[in-house]
Amino acid sequence: MSGGHSTYTPKTGLGRWVDARMPLPRLVYDSFVSYPVPRNLNYAYTFGGILAIMLVAQILTGVVLAMHYTAETTLAFASVEKIMRDVNSGWLLRYLHSNGASFFFIAVYIHIFRGLYYGSYKAPRELLWILGCIIYLLMMATGFMGYVLPWGQMSFWGATVITGFFTAIPLVGDWIQQLLLGGFAVDNPTLNRFFSLHYLLPFMIAGVVVLHVWALHVTGQTNPTGIEVKSKTDTLPFTPYATLKDAFGMLVFLLVFAYFLFYIPNYLGHPDNYIIADPLKTPAHIVPEWYYLPFYAILRAITFSIGPIDSKLGGVLAMFGAIAVLFFVPWLDTSKVRSAVYRPWYKLFFWLFVANALFLGWLGSRPAEGAYVVMSQVSTLYYFGFFFVIMPVLGFIETPRRLPNSITEAVLKKNKMGGAAHLAHAPASPEIKG
Amino acid sequence: MKKILNGLAVAGFVLAGALGAATAQEEHSETEPTHFPIHKPEEQSWSFAGPFGTYNKAQLQRGLKVYKEVCSACHSMELVAFRTLEGLGYSEAQVKALAAEYEATDGPNADGEMFTRPALPSDYFPSPFPNKEAAAAANNGAAPPDFSLIAKARGVERGFPLFVFDIFTQYAEGGPDYIHALLTGYEEEPPAGMEIGEGTYYNPYFIAGKSLAMAPPLSDGQVTYDDGSPETVDQYARDVAAFLMWAAEPHLEARKQTGFSVMAFMILFTGLVYLTKRKVWAGVAH
Repeated sequence: MSGGHSTYTPKTGLGRWVDARMPLPRLVYDSFVSYPVPRNLNYAYTFGGILAIMLVAQILTGVVLAMHYTAETTLAFASVEKIMRDVNSGWLLRYLHSNGASFFFIAVYIHIFRGLYYGSYKAPRELLWILGCIIYLLMMATGFMGYVLPWGQMSFWGATVITGFFTAIPLVGDWIQQLLLGGFAVDNPTLNRFFSLHYLLPFMIAGVVVLHVWALHVTGQTNPTGIEVKSKTDTLPFTPYATLKDAFGMLVFLLVFAYFLFYIPNYLGHPDNYIIADPLKTPAHIVPEWYYLPFYAILRAITFSIGPIDSKLGGVLAMFGAIAVLFFVPWLDTSKVRSAVYRPWYKLFFWLFVANALFLGWLGSRPAEGAYVVMSQVSTLYYFGFFFVIMPVLGFIETPRRLPNSITEAVLKKNKMGGAAHLAHAPASPEIKG
Repeated sequence: MKKILNGLAVAGFVLAGALGAATAQEEHSETEPTHFPIHKPEEQSWSFAGPFGTYNKAQLQRGLKVYKEVCSACHSMELVAFRTLEGLGYSEAQVKALAAEYEATDGPNADGEMFTRPALPSDYFPSPFPNKEAAAAANNGAAPPDFSLIAKARGVERGFPLFVFDIFTQYAEGGPDYIHALLTGYEEEPPAGMEIGEGTYYNPYFIAGKSLAMAPPLSDGQVTYDDGSPETVDQYARDVAAFLMWAAEPHLEARKQTGFSVMAFMILFTGLVYLTKRKVWAGVAH
């Protein structure tokens, strides 16, 4: 998988027997033991592994929750409460799953921002990036449908609002919405198909994750310098180096997760979702889960019509466009330099983009009125401006800082300033990445 | 890493500035407010707050008494089973006796008739009204909400920057604070010129408007306490709010206790992994 030849040599007779027939141990060894990783990876690079853990945790807790959950409108809410009250450790499972979804998204956002900062999407990693975008899209669909299952007020009204977006599409919009709902309004058929799909999609995510990791192991990882691995001194073997660094990163992440889970498990939720869904009573403010809020703000920022596109369709196009634009990032960024470390202007605009995204998230939680609308519009403008103007233009006008010749050189220079300037330890397997 | 942190700090400052500017924009009118509640609830001190919080069983028992004698006339609590009241410190026999004070509908019997019998510990609190429509009809059109989850289903928005601090202070008592504030909030007079709908009562702490259909439910001395606690509206409100938090989150204590073990183990384990990682990476330029 890692491109070069394998260094795996089975030590036992049984090992050789298996290796000649179905070399799974060899695959594992080559991918997670001898696999060469750039020696300068920082903790921002541990989030891929963290995401893998979160996916597995969500599937495991989800499968057990599904054993106790009832996907029927008159029973769903009570069945979730039954889990919280009567199922052994049910409260733990359910809070693990609901907070796990939030932390899955926290991890994926950091992972995406890391990719944007270090230019991880640039050739030859375009497909790797696009596969990641697909995973993110699937996650959003899964998260949205999962939020509907407890059948609280926000479940119901969130589903009503979000499926309503599709009616903005000309000609086929109503048909798509009715297909999603299984009727003319959110009701039992909606709940049933959402439950079915909520159970299916995580396995599709797992499938795309396999492709994502495959693509990663073909191209190799990027690193903070953005310079490709050139010689064996640039890398270290995955085990023990990356294994331990990843393990530490994961544990710190899980520590924060545990803090929320055990002490403030409802912090990231909405109180209204502890009220059973009532189709006759609209909540004062319908807000989606926090991880959709930036896109919700973009949706509501479009309050004006553009030619034949009315504000409703415009909002929906902007919202989906905000996600779709990610797929084109490898071609929107024209800079030859990969990493923001050597791009002073890009770095500035990147951090502005992060602040802007957080701000959009906060705006998404506000009612769409008064000054909030104007601020949403300005923020939306910057969101798209970052991708469509700043990214392409900076590549031509920005003067990057001098790049080191190799990862080794960058590392030695950094260590010289720190005091110790030697490149101890045996390098990884002797392959050279292109 | 330092650069990332610096970047985050800058991002944080930009965000803080923008949020501050935004909140300053909100306007309030004295007589015709548009944002509710008019007053935010005051934070009370609760025995179940914080990482080592536990329920005060005597308080929960008093709260149950208030619920039984006052609230249950209108408010159902259909997700709470009598058997779970052992969590309030009652014995099995006491719970049995407590349940038997209520009637439960059972059946059909061999003749095909529904019948009533004394409730068992496995039964749930019976609802005061046969259905939602009856509940609404008897209460000026507004059905009194079920109380099983009310302490988690109400929470006044905290606003920036409080919602950030709440992560570190572990503030999760928005529900009980709101209940206490609402029950003790009827005393204030509405500002001159404010119109209060007929059959509704002004309460500046009500989350969804300036007045609500529920008349002030509590008065001093209304419920007799046998443990010497003050028989005041404030104490009743405090006790019933704590009881409702228990009703909404009966496993809160188990959660926090499990949390302590998990956090202690995780911190230790993380520390050991960090030391191992440092040892392995020592002398390796990176």
